[in-house]
Amino acid sequence: LSANSGVLAHHFDDLEQQHEAATLGMWVFLATEILFFGAVLTCYFVYRYGYLGGVNYDRAFSAAGHNLNRLVGGLNTAVLLGSSFTMAMAVWAAQTGRRRELRLFLVLTLVLGAVFLAIKGGEWYEHGVEHLVPGAGFDHEEFAKQNVNGRQAELFFVFYFILTGLHALHMTIGVGVLVFLLAMAWRGRYGPTYYTPVEVAGLYWHFVDIVWIFLFPILYLINH
Amino acid sequence: MPEHRTSPLMYAVIFGALLLLTLLTVLASYFQLGVWTVPVALGIAAAKATLVALFFMHLLHSSRLSWLVVAAGLFWLGIMLALTFSDYLSRSWQPY
Repeated sequence: LSANSGVLAHHFDDLEQQHEAATLGMWVFLATEILFFGAVLTCYFVYRYGYLGGVNYDRAFSAAGHNLNRLVGGLNTAVLLGSSFTMAMAVWAAQTGRRRELRLFLVLTLVLGAVFLAIKGGEWYEHGVEHLVPGAGFDHEEFAKQNVNGRQAELFFVFYFILTGLHALHMTIGVGVLVFLLAMAWRGRYGPTYYTPVEVAGLYWHFVDIVWIFLFPILYLINH
Repeated sequence: MPEHRTSPLMYAVIFGALLLLTLLTVLASYFQLGVWTVPVALGIAAAKATLVALFFMHLLHSSRLSWLVVAAGLFWLGIMLALTFSDYLSRSWQPY
């Protein structure tokens, strides 16, 4: 066993090399995530602007997206940006050996992440009440009154639930990672010499924030 | 570890800028911008994403290898978008 047992894995020369490898690994994973979300968004824009046998769903998507509340979405964006700020501060606290602040910022990030998910859940509930969930209960008639194809509007909500659902799944995983970090931070595992898990979890958390930064205008704003 | 450290003040400034840009993009949605609606919304989103990546994710002071990975991810996204839309946006010869 190496002298740095517990922190430095045996296949690395030193902590710096280990840190570099771990961050690079997370960046590679995030590059695949760009394409994961990018594929669904490409599909969304194909329906919206592509020539699909002479029609596109632009008008129907706009009418459907008009039902989303942009102020609630904007508030949630601010909450998520706040959680990214506290996450960045958590990395800083770990780097500078401020253990109390590290725990504080991890808790704040956790709370803000949970608030985001709660607001998102509230929105989903409202869509259920308003019969905007795709499936048997979807209110096609409401769109027919506006001279909009209800089936096309329904497809907008298919994309909406897939995109926001996948994003919320990523957030939930992030919350789980934060709970783990908090438990480890409580035991004093992280400090100026070793804070790689905090940094790597931060990269993931900020990336999920970036996904939302694009989902918010694409789903909420451009439809008003 | 020896790497660069971003100051809390810098993080706070970036956070403030991100909130301002969010406010701006919400306000912009209240104006009729016509064909500029999507470019403005996505342009502001790209600016926000760049700030998050450069400062919160420390890309500004990361290794060139990290930059290469990000560039590769965006490049492949570009291939997907370019090849897909060179098809779907160029079918106007199809009868309505």
